[in-house]
Amino acid sequence: MGNFRPYRNLLLAQVRAQAQYRASFVIDLLGSAVFTTLDLGTVFILFSVHGSLGGFGGREVLLMAALTALAFPLADLAVGNVERLRLYVRTGLFDSLLIRPLPALAQLLAMDFAPRRIGRVAQGLAVYVVALAVAGIPWTPGRALLAVVAPLAGATLFASLFVAGATVAFWWIESGEFAASFTYGGRDFASYPLTMYRGAFRTLFAFGLGFAFVAYLPALALLGRTDPVGTPVWLHWCSPLAAMAAAFMAFLLWRTGIRHYRSTGS
Amino acid sequence: MGTLRAYAALARAGFRRYSTYLQATVAGIVANTTFGFLRTYILLSVAGSAGRLAGYDEAQLLTFVWVGQGLIAVVNAWTIVDLADRVRTGDIVADLLRPVGPFAAHLCTDLGRAGFAMLTRFVVPISAGLLAFGLYLPRNPLSYVLFGVSVTIAVVISFCGRYLIALTAFWLLDTRGLNQVWVFFWGGGSGLYFPLPVLPDWLQLVLWIGTPFPSTLQAPLDIAVERGGPGHAGLVLLAQVAWLGVTLLACRHVQRRAWRKLVVQGG
Repeated sequence: MGNFRPYRNLLLAQVRAQAQYRASFVIDLLGSAVFTTLDLGTVFILFSVHGSLGGFGGREVLLMAALTALAFPLADLAVGNVERLRLYVRTGLFDSLLIRPLPALAQLLAMDFAPRRIGRVAQGLAVYVVALAVAGIPWTPGRALLAVVAPLAGATLFASLFVAGATVAFWWIESGEFAASFTYGGRDFASYPLTMYRGAFRTLFAFGLGFAFVAYLPALALLGRTDPVGTPVWLHWCSPLAAMAAAFMAFLLWRTGIRHYRSTGS
Repeated sequence: MGTLRAYAALARAGFRRYSTYLQATVAGIVANTTFGFLRTYILLSVAGSAGRLAGYDEAQLLTFVWVGQGLIAVVNAWTIVDLADRVRTGDIVADLLRPVGPFAAHLCTDLGRAGFAMLTRFVVPISAGLLAFGLYLPRNPLSYVLFGVSVTIAVVISFCGRYLIALTAFWLLDTRGLNQVWVFFWGGGSGLYFPLPVLPDWLQLVLWIGTPFPSTLQAPLDIAVERGGPGHAGLVLLAQVAWLGVTLLACRHVQRRAWRKLVVQGG
């Protein structure tokens, strides 16, 4: 494990390469910083129609949206470029990762690192701090800890879905949009209170894929509210466990995928 | 006559090119359908027990969501025109030697692509919405015709916008940043994220007159849900035709400047 130099070099090379077209890089950075506001902007616009969403008031909705707005860009920054796996699989370039003496996933992430995404993380963090400040949280040591851990757990959950979604490319090469419906779709799902959804769709996205653990459940725990949907209070604190389970399953899927990989060729 | 045949061949090629990627088409349909469910529940919840939101009743909201999801791939506002790559690599030089100009060639290919998207990525999600929720279907037969016209104009406007961005490659080389900005404003301004009528009137007016975005999605959706009757449909089409003219002229003008900027390097 000990040697991080190759990763650092890959990362730095990537940053240097992307800063070459300077005007475009700046637009890119600004563009990615503004992106978060439109996710939040949409929540705000729909919220302002009746002054509530799914039975929750402004500060509560803001807290949920802010948790998602921080967790998602964090995951996107760390592993978002794993989406490019299908390119590597299609062209056979993935072979070159496998013959190097470093784990393939780590190489893939380092090689396509996108520094512009830092803009979105910074913005998400700012919104989250404001949301925590105005939400009227009855602070306890447990809640303070959760306030720090929850975005990281949410990011881990999203990251697991990014990896799992990309791994599908080992079997189904042109699956980009399929994965997007669970990553970007998951982000949109998690930005809103669970009470807005119905039926099997809610069960699948909230608990099957775990998106309730990104923002809704930890927000309830932070606010000390009971759940109109009916989940028990202890479950509201379980985001870190859910995140670990998701990461483990993504890891299993990745390992199965990489063993399935047979390269391209005629 | 010969040019027309060339255009038709290019359109067919665009259709065939996309019909080759069946896996991608299926993946896209899954995504559109998933987002259809997501936005349905969100908008229905916002409409609440009253069942009305910004002048839409529940059935109209459902049509708005599902026809919108079906049109995303048809209008295709997210994909960079590959002209940008050809400018960066210099391949554009070869394009200029062809008897059909790059604008016409890319437009025809894109129309072929839109035709294929209409048969697959439009039809399947809408059928899913129809089965799962039941949709508002236009009552006036004329609406179907106007919808077809409106979608065609929307496809061309969206293409022109993306072509303009691709042309900036002559100055910027890398168009991804600008493309991201376009995608961002398109999402909010086109009616994709939320129906534009939830916005204040002045803002809607600014969007319709000041930007091409509503003309690429909200316009055909307004016609599909018959919002505001035939008079409103006429206004919507008028705005679309105006933006069609503006974007076509802009493409012509910018392209001419770009050609002058082109320097062929090499020995």
